[in-house]
Amino acid sequence: MKETTVRDALREALREEMKRDKTVFLLGEDIGRYWGGAFGVTKGLAEEFGDERVRDTPISESAIVGVGVGAAITGMHPIAEIMFGDLSALAMDQICNQAAKIRYMFGGQVKVPLVIRTPFGAGVNIASHHSQSLEAWFMHTPGLHVAVPSTPYDAKGLLKAAIRGDNPVFFVEHKLLYPVKGMIPEEDYIVPFGVADVKREGEDVTIFATLYMVHKALSAAEKLKKEGISAEVVDPRTLSPLDKLTIVKSVKKTGRIVIVTEDCKTTGVSAEIAAIVAEEAFDYLDAPIKRVAEPDTPIPFSPPLEQFVIPDEKSIINAVKETVH
Amino acid sequence: MVEKAKLIEMYKCMLQIRFFEEKVFELYGQNLVPGTIHLYAGEEAVAVGVCANLHRDDYITSTHRGHGHCIAKGADLGKIMAEILGKKTGYCKGKGGSMHIADFSIGMLGATAVVGAGIPIAAGAALSIKLRGTDQVVACFFGEGASNQGTFHESLNIAAIWGLPVVFVCENNLYAMGTRQNIVMTIENIADRAVTYGIPGITVDGNEVLAVYEAASKAVNRARQGGGPTLIECKTYRQKGHSRFDPAAYRPKNEVEEWLKKDPIPRFKTKLIEIGALTQEEDEKLRHKTAAAVEEAVKFAMESPFPQQKEALEDVYVEEESASSK
Repeated sequence: MKETTVRDALREALREEMKRDKTVFLLGEDIGRYWGGAFGVTKGLAEEFGDERVRDTPISESAIVGVGVGAAITGMHPIAEIMFGDLSALAMDQICNQAAKIRYMFGGQVKVPLVIRTPFGAGVNIASHHSQSLEAWFMHTPGLHVAVPSTPYDAKGLLKAAIRGDNPVFFVEHKLLYPVKGMIPEEDYIVPFGVADVKREGEDVTIFATLYMVHKALSAAEKLKKEGISAEVVDPRTLSPLDKLTIVKSVKKTGRIVIVTEDCKTTGVSAEIAAIVAEEAFDYLDAPIKRVAEPDTPIPFSPPLEQFVIPDEKSIINAVKETVH
Repeated sequence: MVEKAKLIEMYKCMLQIRFFEEKVFELYGQNLVPGTIHLYAGEEAVAVGVCANLHRDDYITSTHRGHGHCIAKGADLGKIMAEILGKKTGYCKGKGGSMHIADFSIGMLGATAVVGAGIPIAAGAALSIKLRGTDQVVACFFGEGASNQGTFHESLNIAAIWGLPVVFVCENNLYAMGTRQNIVMTIENIADRAVTYGIPGITVDGNEVLAVYEAASKAVNRARQGGGPTLIECKTYRQKGHSRFDPAAYRPKNEVEEWLKKDPIPRFKTKLIEIGALTQEEDEKLRHKTAAAVEEAVKFAMESPFPQQKEALEDVYVEEESASSK
């Protein structure tokens, strides 16, 4: 095992898969020699694999994804980067009408092994067009898989699984996670899609959390322990496919659930998780389902405003206490 | 000069498309076609003139008005018809219908019904060719309406900067649904747009199959030899309305009449007879044979079963990696 950051773990996954398979290539804005991606994930890869396989593109999100789709259905394994998740809106047709539907509407004739990487998440004061968490849009799109890694281990393993898989994957990265450290194996491994990870075991309450919220939930759980509350933290790792079994099993054990996500509350990821728990574990619930999510606003710029809308540790702790007491 | 056998092959293909579309229209009138249809009748010279330059492993992308592209690329009439009728034996097992036919075994990468959405996909297939180092090319069909989409501009620019082996074929039939070109563009020729991407743009008579063939031949060869993309605009006209129920009342009567006089099939026939490539008798035989082939396709489609309802749940994902509770 070795310690690394999410950023470096992602880069290792890209490098190893590009070495393994010549059909893997990258395209996106400023991912090449000068920047290595706005967040530095692809730094050094153009030097190592050449400009043909690490392609700087024009500012044309729709074509970045569309070109990826065309390459994916003709034998390649493209990985498209959209510089900021909010900008995926520019490519929605190619993501949701083309990449997601092509296999289905053509009767299963073809696979679309395309990975779309993009960072979501608030917290770095870059306002409404660079901060939102929109994973629910893609979770709501049949035909897409959606990955939401929270650690270097999951980031590397899921990205490798995404690249080796045959389905289009919307791969969410969280801006605040890039420098987060964790241990990963020296040797090759993957994290399969559709397998949740219980990041902390507990007895009294289940905290479902994704992406950066997993870390806030773990920190909250540690503090709750001192007050005698044992919280289990479930990280789904992929939203599609979703490991319902692990979530439901945890709720059946604890009888309580607090759902923590950074997207806004109305019809967000938390709404779907709450619905699943209500449908499949209602009789086991000892308290109403609680949700901790962003209010229904765009992300504001000014630091105090931004901090107000992002779910924090305190709100997780309060929600847990409300369900337990 | 194109050799005689090739000319006859092209003529036969145009007849196939026309007869096929007339049959679809007829079945539609009998309420046998679910949903909507967008007929290619009148535009045959474009698909045929372009595809006559392509190899089996070359790619095409298509549109909601795509039956003609499929037939020109060599797709099976019965499987197209079955798909249009929503049958299990159709190309997409009944999941796609008239607007989403694909046959990956002949490089027909599928029809998209989002106007302009196939253009970046064509550029991506061309990038794939370039990265894999094969000598394939892509022909990308779309209408003049699609040339107002951002995807058109993004994709032509990308194809130009990367020198991709793709031929962009704009079928300018003057109307985007009911909106005439002059209402939505100040330019007359879509080919002029090529200038801004630094690629060749050429306008041809899209109802003259040999004009299309020759322009496409140059562009395909250029692409195959690493010379990059070309935009070919083919001026043409659809003989029917945009889709079901559309009587196309927005088109002036004299305009329709003028274009009907330019019908690509009689024009090509006259030419073939002139140069001694076809006789009246051979033409009749050919028509008889083509009509029979279309009837055969209809019979196959009509006799085919509808899919089982539970098949609606299949083909959403490649299942191998979904080892989950989903």
